[in-house]
Amino acid sequence: MSDLLYTPLHNLHVELGAKMVPFAGYDMPVQYPMGVLQEHLHTRSKAGLFDVSHMGQVIIKGADYETAAAALETIIPVDILGLGLDRQRYGFFTNETGGILDDLMLANRGDHIFMVVNAGCKVDDIAYMKAKLNDVTVTEITDRALLALQGPAAEAALSTLDAKAADMRFMDVASLTLAGVECWVSRSGYSGEDGYEISVPAAQAEALAKELLALEDVEPIGLGARDSLRLEAGLCLYGQDMDTGLNPIEASLPWAIQKVRRTGGARAGGFPGADVILAAIENGIERRRVGLKPEGRAPMRQGVPLFEAEDGGAQIGFVTSGGFGPSVGGPVAMGIVADSLREPGTVLYGELRGKRLPVTVVSLPFIPANFKR
Amino acid sequence: MKFTEEHEWLREEDGLVVVGITEHATTQLGDIVFVELPDVGTTVTKDEEVVVIESVKAASDIISPLDGEIVEVNDALADNPALANEDAIGAGWFFKIKPSDVSQMDGLMDESAYNALIA
Repeated sequence: MSDLLYTPLHNLHVELGAKMVPFAGYDMPVQYPMGVLQEHLHTRSKAGLFDVSHMGQVIIKGADYETAAAALETIIPVDILGLGLDRQRYGFFTNETGGILDDLMLANRGDHIFMVVNAGCKVDDIAYMKAKLNDVTVTEITDRALLALQGPAAEAALSTLDAKAADMRFMDVASLTLAGVECWVSRSGYSGEDGYEISVPAAQAEALAKELLALEDVEPIGLGARDSLRLEAGLCLYGQDMDTGLNPIEASLPWAIQKVRRTGGARAGGFPGADVILAAIENGIERRRVGLKPEGRAPMRQGVPLFEAEDGGAQIGFVTSGGFGPSVGGPVAMGIVADSLREPGTVLYGELRGKRLPVTVVSLPFIPANFKR
Repeated sequence: MKFTEEHEWLREEDGLVVVGITEHATTQLGDIVFVELPDVGTTVTKDEEVVVIESVKAASDIISPLDGEIVEVNDALADNPALANEDAIGAGWFFKIKPSDVSQMDGLMDESAYNALIA
């Protein structure tokens, strides 16, 4: 009846009493019996285990690292050649108009590049890389699960399985032996907390998850809390806060484009939409993504139109992601606004159920990042 | 206590009717984080949207089960929306309505009929 795909942890989710929902073609846990609110707070205070096996895992391999890195730099506007061994970096594919096709994490693993892309984009991303890249092989890894262990207790938890976990810094990658098998681990995530993402062979995924869940501080966390955690952390969700119609500068991601790829840099441009994106860095933009704090208690969700005035006037933006922030204890949002209105402290109005309610532009993140640098 | 198909409960109390949503509803909605109650003194008609609630998942409208006047609202719920999850049929009540036509109560479900509905 259902065409939904299952991750290697599907049985475990059901066993744990998860509420399952369709997401990006997969039957995924949106919450466990603990509930979204407590799952969110638990991740911020202890450690949460997330199944993110729906995401795409890809290996890009050339004659050497430089070959693969140089190839990827033709479609990703970040410094990949300069990425150190066993280091990870954030990036995105751009299109000819400077828009974003998908965002991703990539890692220098010496003889290859390991990449993680969004579930909803992975088919297109892989076809795109295969079509565009010369002198490399692009291989989707379909026999591994991907787990995320996030929160201040993540280091202590993972170190009980392999002590080397504690030696990693933020954005380091390493091969660790977990549940008796080699796992590809990065010290990163999507919650604003310290933590790890763990690529584990599918056959050992459930054993590893159970081993982690048996630890006192670790609880299973669903996609609901994953979304509120990343929103409080000011992290973009592809398809909401960024898409093909928004360039990386408008998406407030200029930090992801290192100097070497900008005008005047040794490898400036050379990626789709470079003219638009580099001009945006030089000359400024008309609109951009900002943090938004609704003043009352009412959440302002995706699509809420934003105005400069309480009455009348043209729409000057819209909410791209919004909801209740459990750690903030109130509503939080991000949105695209006219660039002239980007300054923190600017009061705008979101139209909710026919009423315009005040919302203040704020710096992101809402909750300070808790990374081990 | 009476129940509607919209998962509201109604309890008669001193000529007024106290209205809230059932535990089944709050379980389905998940953690409730926002409740917007009507102003006291508002005249409402049956099936009119009177309360907005938001859970961690989505916004929902609650409709008035009766014609009448809103005579009291649960300010404690507005301050602490989690009351609706914690004590749906007690401290998590929404509003009290002075019905203009008590006979509108007659068509509502009793507890066993409601339990059959959600079974």
